[in-house]
Amino acid sequence: MSVTGPKLQPTLFELSGPGRAAGRRIPAPPADALDRLPSDSRRAVPAALPEVDEQSLVRHYVNLSQLNWGVDTGFYPLGSCTMKYNPKVNEWAARLPGFAGLHPLAPDETAQGTLELLWELERDLAEISGMDAVTLQPAAGAQGELTGILLVRAYHRARGDLERTEVLIPDSAHGTNPATASMAGFRTVNIASAPDGGVDLEAFRAALGPRTAAIMITNPSTLGLFERHIVELLEMVHAAGALAYMDGANLNAILGRFRPGEAGFDVMHFNVHKTFATPHGGGGPGAGPVGVLAPLIPFLPAPRVLREPDGTFRLERPGERPASIGRMRGHVGNVGILVRAWAYIRAHGADGLREVSDDAVLAANYLRGRLEADGAWEIPFAGPCAHEFIASGTALKRATGVRTLDVAKRLIDKGYHPPTIYFPHTVDEAMLIEPTETERLETLDAFADALLEIAREAHETPELVTSAPHSAPVRRLDEATAARQPNLRWRAATPAERSSAG
Amino acid sequence: MVYGPHTPDDRSRMLAALGIGSVDELFEVIPTSVRARPMHLPPGLTELDLMARLRTLAGHNRVDLASFLGAGVYRHHLPPVVDQILLRGEYYTAYTPYQPEISQGTLQTIYEYQSLLAELTGLDVVSASHYDGATATAEAALMTCRATRRERVLVSRGVHPQSRQTLETYFAGANLTFDEVPLIADGPAAGTTDLAALGRLLADPERPIGGVIAAQPNLLGLLEPMAEIGRLAHAAGALFVAVVEPVSLAVLAPPSAYEADIAAGEGQPLGIPPQYGGPYLGILACRDSLIRQIPGRLIGMTSDADGRRAYVMTMRAREQDIRREKAASNICTNQALCALAAAVYVAALGPGGLRDVAATGAARAAELAAALDDAGAPRLHTGPYLNEFAIRVPDAVAVHRRLLHRGILAGIPLAELEPGDASLAEGLLVCATESTTAEEIELFAWALRDELGSRPGVPAGSIGEGSR
Ligand SMILES: Cc1ncc(COP(=O)(O)O)c(C=O)c1O
Repeated sequence: MSVTGPKLQPTLFELSGPGRAAGRRIPAPPADALDRLPSDSRRAVPAALPEVDEQSLVRHYVNLSQLNWGVDTGFYPLGSCTMKYNPKVNEWAARLPGFAGLHPLAPDETAQGTLELLWELERDLAEISGMDAVTLQPAAGAQGELTGILLVRAYHRARGDLERTEVLIPDSAHGTNPATASMAGFRTVNIASAPDGGVDLEAFRAALGPRTAAIMITNPSTLGLFERHIVELLEMVHAAGALAYMDGANLNAILGRFRPGEAGFDVMHFNVHKTFATPHGGGGPGAGPVGVLAPLIPFLPAPRVLREPDGTFRLERPGERPASIGRMRGHVGNVGILVRAWAYIRAHGADGLREVSDDAVLAANYLRGRLEADGAWEIPFAGPCAHEFIASGTALKRATGVRTLDVAKRLIDKGYHPPTIYFPHTVDEAMLIEPTETERLETLDAFADALLEIAREAHETPELVTSAPHSAPVRRLDEATAARQPNLRWRAATPAERSSAG
Repeated sequence: MVYGPHTPDDRSRMLAALGIGSVDELFEVIPTSVRARPMHLPPGLTELDLMARLRTLAGHNRVDLASFLGAGVYRHHLPPVVDQILLRGEYYTAYTPYQPEISQGTLQTIYEYQSLLAELTGLDVVSASHYDGATATAEAALMTCRATRRERVLVSRGVHPQSRQTLETYFAGANLTFDEVPLIADGPAAGTTDLAALGRLLADPERPIGGVIAAQPNLLGLLEPMAEIGRLAHAAGALFVAVVEPVSLAVLAPPSAYEADIAAGEGQPLGIPPQYGGPYLGILACRDSLIRQIPGRLIGMTSDADGRRAYVMTMRAREQDIRREKAASNICTNQALCALAAAVYVAALGPGGLRDVAATGAARAAELAAALDDAGAPRLHTGPYLNEFAIRVPDAVAVHRRLLHRGILAGIPLAELEPGDASLAEGLLVCATESTTAEEIELFAWALRDELGSRPGVPAGSIGEGSR
């Protein structure tokens, strides 16, 4: 295998040379620093870490970064992920030494600034969601889900209701929902969606019963549709003695328009790395705060942030709230991310947040309208969408053999990050397109043009599409070999391998 | 719009294209009975005012004190090159590398992270990444139960209490059980895992054990007999999980050397600021044979259609988006940028630099131990330690408070970290790193001597007045 494309980089290990290690970073330790340790506890052979000078290191990482696509590079309409602009002031805020340098076991009186910020953020999120209380502890959406479903479990158990062993989840749900139910010890009951893409009330009615602990609903759904029957569904769930969990991944569509707690959802998570513009980090970190209605408050994870009558803040002490489900992770949360979310909310206020959703939904409907008008792509569900929508390439595939995967790869050539593809699983050849509120009208138009052009290419020069991308740093990858013979770490070649290669 | 581009004219054009008069029409699907009442939030701030408020809040934290806090989170010298790389928008504004053709930057750097951690742990499979050390430990424990089809694990009390509590939460959900292995209360091995008790717990035929979990160094900073713990675990058919501190692996025997099957740990010391608890980095690694049990993202090296070396997410059949309710874990968003920080940090220091960080911490800790002993606070245990240890201070919680008022974060009262354990009640857990200065050690020792010598009661005034 060669490493020849522009910007492609050898590994750090190949850049290494004895004695090249970067810089004099800290004073040398005394030679006998480790002599007091028993020899059998010490490392016998030094770890074979690379030795690279700082300039080479920087070039390595900067060149590699240029192989990446990010929101800062261009349009990234990855449905369900809300790839909106990440404001730079938030990066500045999280790096303030007062925030960044604070040890998590620092006494409360030395942590008043962060505690106050967290306390305010809990209240802001409660107000935004109509929930009665919020925990900021979960590290991501999926951990928020686990927290929420463990809260449901604790709630039923506290009432002596031990028979509720099932969680009902529509088939369009994100994979984390059923995976969460399993981790929390529940059996997942998959509920097929109605033809209009929404929840099938009758199917839910049939499945609900004394075994149902909760339903998990994404609203708007992963199809980008607000659930029309939400009122009936919530009534039905509560009548059955179950609780309603809302996956809040799509909150960017409903800020100021729908507050899940006010509507009757009992528990939900937020993805601050979606709605509140904290960066996605190449896969993370994010944060997944959880909001609950009053009956679930006693069970919230510990520690919570409390405000004393004198206006100072403190963390709950171990064991202070015995009904708590316990701890979901170390310390109080991904605080550096929560600082960014606080800054985003405070920069907007109520009107600004509502405008975010208004523009996100308007942009999605506009883009959807452009595609629908042309007819090259099927838009499976009628009526307005929320902040994202599904386009399907089923007809295109039938006519040309070009799959949605190929279309996605061809979009790369046209200068776009592809949308989410093949999710949700309930629509064939699906593309889930989420433009967000931070993209200019020109960008939306150009993207629509690109998709329509690709549809034409699929008819006229299908090989051009099926062999895409042509302009990316690398071409399609051999994923089968990657999985069959996994190479998950660099290994220096042995001298014998080196000589046979030379 | 605060950060958006749309002008009133843009909006009008979009509305006109849709043939509607107002954006409200797009929300009419929301049933009237559940439409939101107006939100009450503080009015939006200009950037100027926002920055002022943030500066004020940050200023209310005290990060200028002489700090000896550790317990899994350590203050280290952070080479500026690390944050410069993290600020590249191409890294931090990307997401999960679903499209490998335009994600090679993220993919290769994570592959390199896996490789660096494989070198440090001696284990071949490193997943990238978990939320933090506590959740990585819980995931490791779940892995042992899946792999052995047993429903019980043993956790040493030398594992950080927050990790044990997290494991407890995760295990409650999974309907699995765990028992704690006590630490020896006195004698030369005091503060390390009680091997006799471990042996007894492993010998119960009614309760087969899937995994044994111990930390190196342990909560109290002491070195554990890891090889012996591993032998006992394996003899009983259990897997052995080592909870490690990554900087220490530059000088301590790696988990592979004592036959650990899985390593878990808190990656914060590798170039990540303390920031009051996160985002950090959950390290999880295992031997090859457990590859199908490990949760979290794995990046593999492969080639592209032109034969060029390239990287891709692999072994995806373990993950939630493919396997749904049968997935190894529900993890989706992880801590990728923190894994990048760790990789840049390790590469920026190099093998000698990382060893120097660990060795200098050990040297400073020995100076600290001598100074505090001289001030009247001897170590609580006698066993070997690396850069963290407990001292014995009568009325430790009160003394800790009084030292705080002199501008010293005198470690962590063990009575708060481990409330149940009488043998630790007089302990303060303190640590040193390469960034601990001689002046800080002197200040701590001087103030402690003063406190122990006389003067009960909390001095008036705010924290740190008259010090530093
Ligand atoms: C609908 C939905 N639910 C849940 C999640 C899981 O959130 P996270 O990736 O933050 O764990 C996601 C995101 O990826 C999502 O899109």
